[in-house]
Amino acid sequence: MSSIQNLNKIDPFADTGDDDTQPTNYIHIRIQQRNGRKTLTTVQGLPDEYDLKRIVRALKKDFACNGNIVKDEELGEVIQLQGDQRVKVMEFLTSQLGLQKKNIKIHGF
Amino acid sequence: MSVEETNVDLGFDPTLKKKKKKSTKTVEESNEATPEVDDVLSGLKKKKKKSKDSKSTPDADEINTDDVTDSLGELKLKKKKKKSSTPVPDDDFDKQLEKLGLDETNTTNTNTAETITDDDVNAQQSKYGLPYDGLLSRFFQILKKNNPELAGERSGTKFKIPPPVCQREGNKKTAFANVQEISEKLQRSPEHLISYLFAELGTSGSVDGQKRLIIKGRFQPKQLENVLRRYIIEYVTCKTCKSINTQLKKESSNRLFFLVCNSCGSTRSVSSIKTGFSAQIGKRKKM
Repeated sequence: MSSIQNLNKIDPFADTGDDDTQPTNYIHIRIQQRNGRKTLTTVQGLPDEYDLKRIVRALKKDFACNGNIVKDEELGEVIQLQGDQRVKVMEFLTSQLGLQKKNIKIHGF
Repeated sequence: MSVEETNVDLGFDPTLKKKKKKSTKTVEESNEATPEVDDVLSGLKKKKKKSKDSKSTPDADEINTDDVTDSLGELKLKKKKKKSSTPVPDDDFDKQLEKLGLDETNTTNTNTAETITDDDVNAQQSKYGLPYDGLLSRFFQILKKNNPELAGERSGTKFKIPPPVCQREGNKKTAFANVQEISEKLQRSPEHLISYLFAELGTSGSVDGQKRLIIKGRFQPKQLENVLRRYIIEYVTCKTCKSINTQLKKESSNRLFFLVCNSCGSTRSVSSIKTGFSAQIGKRKKM
């Protein structure tokens, strides 16, 4: 019976493993203008399992800028960094933390 | 049967490949049957025919009818002849052919609206069979002539959005002069576009009396163009057909925004604009 392929038992609802459906928890990287030509980069929506404190420490050292963690009531903890670090942060998150590029959104001009 | 008759008949004869092939075959057979043709020649023909009939036919024809050069008209003529009169002696046949050949070539050129290139292709076809490259280029020529949009040519419906016009308003503000115009082009409400701009740029602003948008912060036109581009990709273009002719609708039942394409009718949901986190800049919060 098993020689007939069509009669093999296949569960069509089984998890195929290549799901792309987690659209809710994006990581947003934004930029804000300050006075003059100074800017501020915010990283919002990092997953909880990462230690933000250590990440900020690494980011500060890597990008040679200051930064801190801000607690927001709705959005949780947000990383703030001095200057336009959007592309660098993106690179760091994908290479060091192994986050997927499609889950990260870069905003701003 | 007379010359006029054949001419009338030929008027109906379209230049179809199938018919042509048929005609060539019949001609060959007749030639073989006639006693005037040399035995050697006929033998050659037979051999050739077995291998490739389309290739062999024009050679044989050329040998038989010296004067007529235009193979196309000639072939057509012969076919008609065969149908109407088989027992005609070969001498008369050839003479008539010559006459008709001359007449016929003229008539075909005037009657049928075929271009010179088409004729060339036909001649080639009868000589060498059907080369793929030639067929392909001919197909695309015809396709381009008749319906160019299928041949990959865009029919001028590409939307053009005017570039954003920016002026500095004082030291710290930017005036975006043609928001109104751009939002009309995109068929979106200016409020929607403005709220997206503010969310993306992380600033705030207002619309002044001349319907210009005043944004806090200094922005170059190029920066605004980038943001506009992203807005168009997310909220204007249809993902299925790349059309820009879309509508943004708010579903009243689930309070979600849907993008409905006017040209292909597809629908997709779009996320509402979220401002996200904005850091405290300047003065500290009063505790």
